[in-house]
Amino acid sequence: MADRALPTITPETTHFWDGAKAGELRLQRCTPHGHVYFPPRFFCPRCGSRDIAVIKASGRAKLHSYIINHMKAPGFTPPFVVAVVELEEGVKMMANILGVEPSHDALELDMPLEVTFEALSDEISLPQWRPAQGAGE
Amino acid sequence: MTPGSVAIVGAAESTEMGKVPHLSQLSLHADAALNALDDCGLTLADVDGLATAGQDAADVVQHLGLHPTWVDGTSVGGCSFMVHVRHAVAALEAGLCTTALITHGESGRSQVGRLMRAIFPSANQMNFEAPYGVTLPPSRFTLPVLRMMKETGLTLEQLATVAVVQREWAAFHPRASFRDPITVDDVLSSKMIADPFRLLMCCLVTDAGGALVLTKADRARDFPTRPVYVRGAGESAETAMVSQMEDFTSSRAFRVSGKLAFESAGITHADVDHLMIYDAFAHLPIYGLEDLGFVGRGEGGPFIAEGHTRPGGRLPLNTNGGGLSYQHSGMYGMFALQESVRQMRGVSPAQVPGAKISVAHGVGGMFHAAGTVVLTNEAQL
Repeated sequence: MADRALPTITPETTHFWDGAKAGELRLQRCTPHGHVYFPPRFFCPRCGSRDIAVIKASGRAKLHSYIINHMKAPGFTPPFVVAVVELEEGVKMMANILGVEPSHDALELDMPLEVTFEALSDEISLPQWRPAQGAGE
Repeated sequence: MTPGSVAIVGAAESTEMGKVPHLSQLSLHADAALNALDDCGLTLADVDGLATAGQDAADVVQHLGLHPTWVDGTSVGGCSFMVHVRHAVAALEAGLCTTALITHGESGRSQVGRLMRAIFPSANQMNFEAPYGVTLPPSRFTLPVLRMMKETGLTLEQLATVAVVQREWAAFHPRASFRDPITVDDVLSSKMIADPFRLLMCCLVTDAGGALVLTKADRARDFPTRPVYVRGAGESAETAMVSQMEDFTSSRAFRVSGKLAFESAGITHADVDHLMIYDAFAHLPIYGLEDLGFVGRGEGGPFIAEGHTRPGGRLPLNTNGGGLSYQHSGMYGMFALQESVRQMRGVSPAQVPGAKISVAHGVGGMFHAAGTVVLTNEAQL
């Protein structure tokens, strides 16, 4: 089986991966309007401003949608959950929901989630999500 | 674009489809191109415009021995061919070429001479989606559907009915991969692929090619085939990351592309006699019906379940059986266009009697992009 896909770190994404390695989920926000956006880039995709700041996300999100993947994928043992989560800051991110069985009984749309990090290499810790503490089983 | 200024005069699929292990991907382009030129009595020497996707345009130009004055390599996934039709109309109207050839070929099943590439590679997709095991289309294209079901009431049975109804259409087509009737129970008991999507809700993977020849309408009557006029078209792109789709219950690219196509054609939905909506997966015709405006939000699933798109229904949809039952090489858009052309020529094995306007709507990537083409057999100029 091929190895799991790993991101390539570029100058525009260094802050994101450095943050993840330090256990911090970092987003970007434009200064003129406060637009928060993802994935990383050197300007705001809503207003075009290059005047941007890196912010620390709250680490809270809701389960927006998902599938339970029964196909093979490099580095994964099916079935596994592929999800899209919506962060409190309004942006969406891809995720695997960790710490739950891959079943519709264990997953409910809009269930509260919290960020965790999955170390894939010395360089890469991948933001992941798990059910929020105290919010269900 | 001027409605009807350009016509499709040649259209053909590859000589064989399905499992074609003796032809490479590039040869499938060539086989379809030669067939389409034969169809309209032209030769390669007549072609001075070329558009293709999924293969370097220059590769196809060299392989066919062309000397084009217009080249378009727009590659936004399976709807690229709808987009090429729109671009070809603009190029022909502007005089950039006189005879435009659009080719597609893909060895999706046999993988003969297939280019080693990620499926619609995107830097952001590779960095922020692929590490989550999000690779093949069934793990990407399917992601919005549970949100769609929660927000609009779409049911699993309605999704399954899409496959059932399209199989009814496929039964008319000798070249369809699967022609035997299926039931909702068959669909819902087929192998699980990407829960809630089961095997029969996912498209085939076949080897196939297709090509179109377009020219200005004033030349169109000189050909042996019945001209099929391009009355309108639209295109858009949204995101190469399905996770970044603006709204999981509606495709922005579909809405933009569809609106442009209807406006440029000067038609309303009531004018449409025949409809193709790219169905890599069973949810796409439902998004298409709603986003193109044929039905209201949440009405796509019930519309299909009530039988309106079936043989004999008031809006015949995916009359070749679609990507679910006909053919799907990886970029299906060319085959939706081929069926629209057959319908407008009056020669489809599943012919809609008296059809005058056909709409072919394509999606690219995993909700990445869209292209919509309005075709008619009535001269507009």
